[in-house]
Amino acid sequence: MVPYIVSTSPHLKIRETISAVMRDVLIALIPAVAAAVYFFGRRALWVILISMASAIAAEFISEKIMKREVTVSDGSAAITGLLLAMVCPPGIPLWIIAIGAAVSIVLGKQVFGGLGYNPFNPALIGRAVLMASWPVAMTTWVTPFDAITTATPLAIAKFNLAQPLPSYWNLFIGNRAGSLGETSALALLLGAAYLLYKKQISWHLPVSFIAAVGLLSSIIGKDPLFNILAGGLILGAFFMATDMVTSPMTGQGKIIFGCGGGILTILIRYKGGFPEGVCYSILIFNMLTPLIDKYTRPQKFGVK
Amino acid sequence: MKALTFSGGVHPSGEKELTCNQDVKVMPPPKMVVIPLLQHTGASCESLVQKGDKVKKGQKIGESRALITAPVHATISGGVKEVRLYNHPLGNKGLAVIIESDGFDQWADDIKRDDNFFRLLPQEIRDKVRDKGVVGLGGAAFPTSVKLTPPADKEINTIIINGCECEPYLTCDHRLLLENYREIIEGLKIIMRLLDVGKGIIAIEDNKLDAIKLLSAVIKMEPNIEVAIVKTKYPQGAEKQLIKALLGCEVPAGKLPFEVGVVVDNVGTAVAIYEALRDNKPLIERIITVTGSGIKEPQNIKVRIGTLFSDIVVFCGGLQGDIAKVIMGGPMMGIAQYTLDVPIIKGTSGILVLTAQDTFAVPAGPCIRCAKCIESCPMDLTPYLYGLYGRMQDYESMGKYDVADCIECGVCAYGCPAKIPLVQYAKWSKMEIAQAKKKKIEKKDKDIK
Repeated sequence: MVPYIVSTSPHLKIRETISAVMRDVLIALIPAVAAAVYFFGRRALWVILISMASAIAAEFISEKIMKREVTVSDGSAAITGLLLAMVCPPGIPLWIIAIGAAVSIVLGKQVFGGLGYNPFNPALIGRAVLMASWPVAMTTWVTPFDAITTATPLAIAKFNLAQPLPSYWNLFIGNRAGSLGETSALALLLGAAYLLYKKQISWHLPVSFIAAVGLLSSIIGKDPLFNILAGGLILGAFFMATDMVTSPMTGQGKIIFGCGGGILTILIRYKGGFPEGVCYSILIFNMLTPLIDKYTRPQKFGVK
Repeated sequence: MKALTFSGGVHPSGEKELTCNQDVKVMPPPKMVVIPLLQHTGASCESLVQKGDKVKKGQKIGESRALITAPVHATISGGVKEVRLYNHPLGNKGLAVIIESDGFDQWADDIKRDDNFFRLLPQEIRDKVRDKGVVGLGGAAFPTSVKLTPPADKEINTIIINGCECEPYLTCDHRLLLENYREIIEGLKIIMRLLDVGKGIIAIEDNKLDAIKLLSAVIKMEPNIEVAIVKTKYPQGAEKQLIKALLGCEVPAGKLPFEVGVVVDNVGTAVAIYEALRDNKPLIERIITVTGSGIKEPQNIKVRIGTLFSDIVVFCGGLQGDIAKVIMGGPMMGIAQYTLDVPIIKGTSGILVLTAQDTFAVPAGPCIRCAKCIESCPMDLTPYLYGLYGRMQDYESMGKYDVADCIECGVCAYGCPAKIPLVQYAKWSKMEIAQAKKKKIEKKDKDIK
């Protein structure tokens, strides 16, 4: 007898797999990595490589210990490592970033059951843990090219430091102090355009996030363009908040997430203790994602 | 004219050029046919013949008293070899009448052309459509006479003839539109007269420009009939999605198109209705698309119901390449067969043979909540939840999330990057829910006793 394959319909499937989705995200981050290396030198590359290697190793080891299928080849751990590096200062000690990446994977993802089950963005979990554990290392910023210790533009604005603020142009291309991968809006937007083109992200979340930050800051009398370009907003809105696993699934839900995250970001920046609030806003709204999903479920066909 | 459509859906590669430009060939009657007694949605027929009986082409050989059913007829003349369980294309085995040809292919005596068919009364038309075993030829094979009997309180105002053919690979409806447009229009006119409806629409996807052109030209003389162009998108031909695209209204959840005053019939069904009335011809043959990279000579053929897949494959030049799947129907909703020793039935729209290069089997991964299934679901459901709860066998939750409204069109599983078999979970849970319901009723009955 001829052994034909018997399975349920549909018998056609798109060729794209999870690893293809992850590959698109990695490709989209290439311009920002290049910008980081350009502005912060070879040191930035080391931070990125160590972080990615540590994340991949942590994924492999924890899956072995938990007797799960090893899934490092799907590329999600590499992305987590890369994203963590991008939200840390370029001068961070390498052993600290290695710990951070391991924490991201183990506490941010594997304890919940691995890819798809984590409630929080793993890279931001890693950053939050590092912020609480090594606050000095995590807030020691350097200038581009010559690596002189300085403050970030948001800190200068918040604490009225006696330093000049960078121009909009320098903020846009990334010639300013800040986390390794957040400084160049130009490079990030290039990558974001690729993700939008490949339909891996939709406009809803990043646009509403950025619009909320711009609107609220102009309402409270602050410079909206400065608030959009100065911190980690572009990176957060396009690459962190859009993480599929931890953000709402419908367009409506994404807009709620974006607006809420934007409002919270400005609240933290101007009413909270930290100069920057994108990371915590996203983490808080990650927590609210199941709730948002519940209340924005599409109405089924035939009841409208 | 702008092409109409619904929201959601996907655009799989059509693969229709394999067969869409060739005329339909008539396959000679086979030496043997296997005619299952259940070929439609509804109750199974009981055999009217026994081993050794002589039958003629068009003779009724299976009938049932149930409300929703359709009789079956002999599709060749010859002797009944056996009435026994045989492989059924919908899965498992089913009772079937096996007829061996006498080589004469002789019609039964009562099958004569009736040129006065338009004088038939409405009830006579319905009775005839039922008696001739006409069912929906789009795939689900719902008895047409039931569809032509709307509840008394529902006023029907539009008849839609479905010529979308949104399934990839299939082109039998396309060929029918080109070659049998007269019968399609006559069939539509019969339905319109029967239900006293002043508006008929023939819906065609915009990948069949030749058919749109031809039909538009032909219906110029018919003031009550229009040709509607719909977008080439899967599942454009699904009844509820087609109504939404054409008329802008949604059939209420769990209800039939009667609810919004519409009856939808496939182009093939329109032809079958016409032939049943004018020629007194039962549904004994149909056009199917035999296609796929595993078939040597892909083509559309007119074939007797009950012909075995194996005979059809031989007629189409045989198989080629590394055969992976043999599918009855299209690739999106068709049913995979494990053998070629299985007959075609009234609802068979095609035989699709896929090779290893066409299929794509990777193990299912975790859901990454990419929301592609939500965006493409034409019923606006949340299919990812069926994967989530399906894995836990939590059918109750799946029921809560409206799995009953799922039309099993397959767009969710088609686009899933994690390759989760969402349709399988949906079908499985529907079965489990139905079984649980049955058990509950049985238990109640027992308790009462």
